[in-house]
Amino acid sequence: MKFVDEFRDAAAVRALADHIGSIVTRPWTIMEVCGGQTHTIVRCGLDELLPREIALVHGPGCPVCVTPIEMIDMAIEIARRPGVILCSFGDMLRVPGSKGDLFDARAAGADVRIVYSPLDALAVARRETEREVVFFAVGFETTAPTTAMAVHQAARLGMTNFSVISAHVRVPPAIEAILSSPSNRVQGFLAAGHVCTVMGIDEYRPIVERCRVPIVVTGFEPVDLMQGVAMCLAQLEEGRAEVENQYARSVRADGNREARRLIEEVFVPADRRWRGMETLPQSGLALSRRYRDFDAIRRFAIALPDADEPQECRAGEVLRGLIKPPQCPAFGKACTPERPMGAPMVSSEGACAAYFRAGRFGAAEAR
Amino acid sequence: MCLGVPGRIVGIAEEQGLRMGEIDFGGVCRKVCLAYVPEAQVDDYVVVHAGFAISIVDADEAERTLELIGEIEAELGPGEDES
Amino acid sequence: MKRRENHSPLAPACPIPPSKGDVIVIGHGSGGRLTADLVGRVFLPALSNPILDRLGDSAELTVGGSRILFTTDSFVVSPLRFPGGDIGSLAVHGTINDLAVAGGRPIAISASFILEEGFPIEEARRIAESMRAAADSAAVAVVAADTKVVERGKADGIFVTTSGIALAPEGLELGPERIRKGDAVLVSGPVGDHGIAVMSAREELEFETALTSDSAPLNGLVAAMLECGGRAIRCMRDPTRGGAATVLNELAKAGGVEIVVEESAVPVRDEVRAACEILGLDPLYVACEGRLVAIVEELEAEKVLAAMRAHSMGAMAARIGTVAGSGVGRVVLKTPFGTSRLLDVLPGAQLPRIC
Repeated sequence: MKFVDEFRDAAAVRALADHIGSIVTRPWTIMEVCGGQTHTIVRCGLDELLPREIALVHGPGCPVCVTPIEMIDMAIEIARRPGVILCSFGDMLRVPGSKGDLFDARAAGADVRIVYSPLDALAVARRETEREVVFFAVGFETTAPTTAMAVHQAARLGMTNFSVISAHVRVPPAIEAILSSPSNRVQGFLAAGHVCTVMGIDEYRPIVERCRVPIVVTGFEPVDLMQGVAMCLAQLEEGRAEVENQYARSVRADGNREARRLIEEVFVPADRRWRGMETLPQSGLALSRRYRDFDAIRRFAIALPDADEPQECRAGEVLRGLIKPPQCPAFGKACTPERPMGAPMVSSEGACAAYFRAGRFGAAEAR
Repeated sequence: MCLGVPGRIVGIAEEQGLRMGEIDFGGVCRKVCLAYVPEAQVDDYVVVHAGFAISIVDADEAERTLELIGEIEAELGPGEDES
Repeated sequence: MKRRENHSPLAPACPIPPSKGDVIVIGHGSGGRLTADLVGRVFLPALSNPILDRLGDSAELTVGGSRILFTTDSFVVSPLRFPGGDIGSLAVHGTINDLAVAGGRPIAISASFILEEGFPIEEARRIAESMRAAADSAAVAVVAADTKVVERGKADGIFVTTSGIALAPEGLELGPERIRKGDAVLVSGPVGDHGIAVMSAREELEFETALTSDSAPLNGLVAAMLECGGRAIRCMRDPTRGGAATVLNELAKAGGVEIVVEESAVPVRDEVRAACEILGLDPLYVACEGRLVAIVEELEAEKVLAAMRAHSMGAMAARIGTVAGSGVGRVVLKTPFGTSRLLDVLPGAQLPRIC
């Protein structure tokens, strides 16, 4: 596949690993923000190729993992209403709410369907005019414009049987939360290449200036990640703190203007509780006043009590890069992909599931 | 986040007022919304996420990235053979 | 008795164990841990006998002086028709293959049909004809059959069950207990074709491809392999739902060995790779229906591979790994980058991802 295979070249990956080894002079902690990047790192064992001085920690960049437990409960509640078809991305179906997941709802008779795109959900609504179709909109700023277009289309076509549960979240508040935590160890970031394809890179400049941390916008293939680490390391070793763009083949400085425009039209920032973390101000996206008729939570008048996580689950610390999954006492014992306690064990992008499936149980993993 | 995969536009048509592209991912084709890449034309490569093209792949930048890495490989000299 | 599955690649599978209660959940049909649990707690204790207790893909019986293999399987796939086959051809190939990978020479199969009221007769005819063609291509006949009809809503169009008997190979008992350190791991062709072909026929995912299912009978290929390699062939399995990774794990656990697979050596068609990329799936976990994995003594591996490639069902056969050692019962994947990771079984179905 063009523009994919070249960035998986083993010789290039090894060369970059050697290069990184040759310029590092002391320990550094770098965080990759995005779940898709975590997935590649664990699948390819890229962190094993890095010199011991570099600790790669995994951030909260798995929107499936950080979707608040209350929103999952609401999605399940809505799915159970008669006449509703709930459409969702596949990886959300096994994330546990406080009493089961969307799969359980399906087993109990709810019509829950996997879609690849919000436009697929819209197509279902156009076909099934007697039913209420609700799309569970999960994802970061990469996915928000896709939901925005579906809602915009529904409005334009005068559709009355389509609505969305907007669980979208924004990345910059998460990075700020990590950096402002007193126990933060992260010294440099690999920012999410597809989020930045949409949002551009300018919103990271204030963070870099204020916190003096290098941020390198990075792609998702093994070569991209190694190059991103190399660029971040160079900054750290040279005492620089800038925003750099490793993924220039997709990311432009001002991102995708049309997509940003529609996000601003359809959504407004809202405070949002991240699962495993606290409420981050302005970190979520809710439907704007103009499009509030398409807000499923409003339409179905749902209000559920706050839900609590099992005490043992330390997903929050994993998501903040404070611990690695094997350091959680429940990892691999009370908490496995078959009986997940928290979301990072369910989604295959979640650090806990990625580690478990790759067989990384040892103390060596915890460095 | 976000699974985004590059594919080549092989056809463009309008559906329900939206500009849609037929994208070839290398033997598998899918219809993708091109509303966010209005300048995209047939034969362009786009990055696709959740059924939408979110950027046009800049082939020059891709080339430049690979060249930079090629320089690093050259600097390090002839490496060890594949084990 | 087999821990078999409902053959829909995307059918949701609940991974949560049955502590939930006393009813069947869809995950009991996934072929994974829940299914094993159901078999182990309910059916095995009730039906227990020395042959069933072995839990092989087929049962081995001695009749007079001959060893006979006997197996059964049900097919509830949706959609009923997909590029490269339908529920009928799938049902015939599936049972033939269970016999074939035990080294059996299939003699005859039976087929029973449960039809839903309202199901188009023309569809039923098409499925029956498809089964005839599949049986012919495997040089086997459907010698017994039965039909039943249930009320509308009580079956998903049509359910098919096939059973089959075969002659066990002379003087040879294939099985994972024969696996030894140093053995070669071979696969008969590219993986994941069936799963992707079926997904492309499902409305909600909507992608087009010229790819067809690999559903096919393997008895001819197996006969060629046995003639060439004989005792050097330790055992074979046919990956179905759960893909190559799942059967490799079955073999590793049953044989108590560690299997090392070279990721770059696993044959995958470009179309399957592309489809997996856009859906976020790993081809090693995507269903096959006409492939086999064979563990072969190292010294004979090249010869057996050549015999496979000379056969129409094994043209793209490849060596994908080696049995590295005994004790652990796991599969390790070596990446093209020189690193390794565990290739574990999934708790439930692999789901398309957004991240």
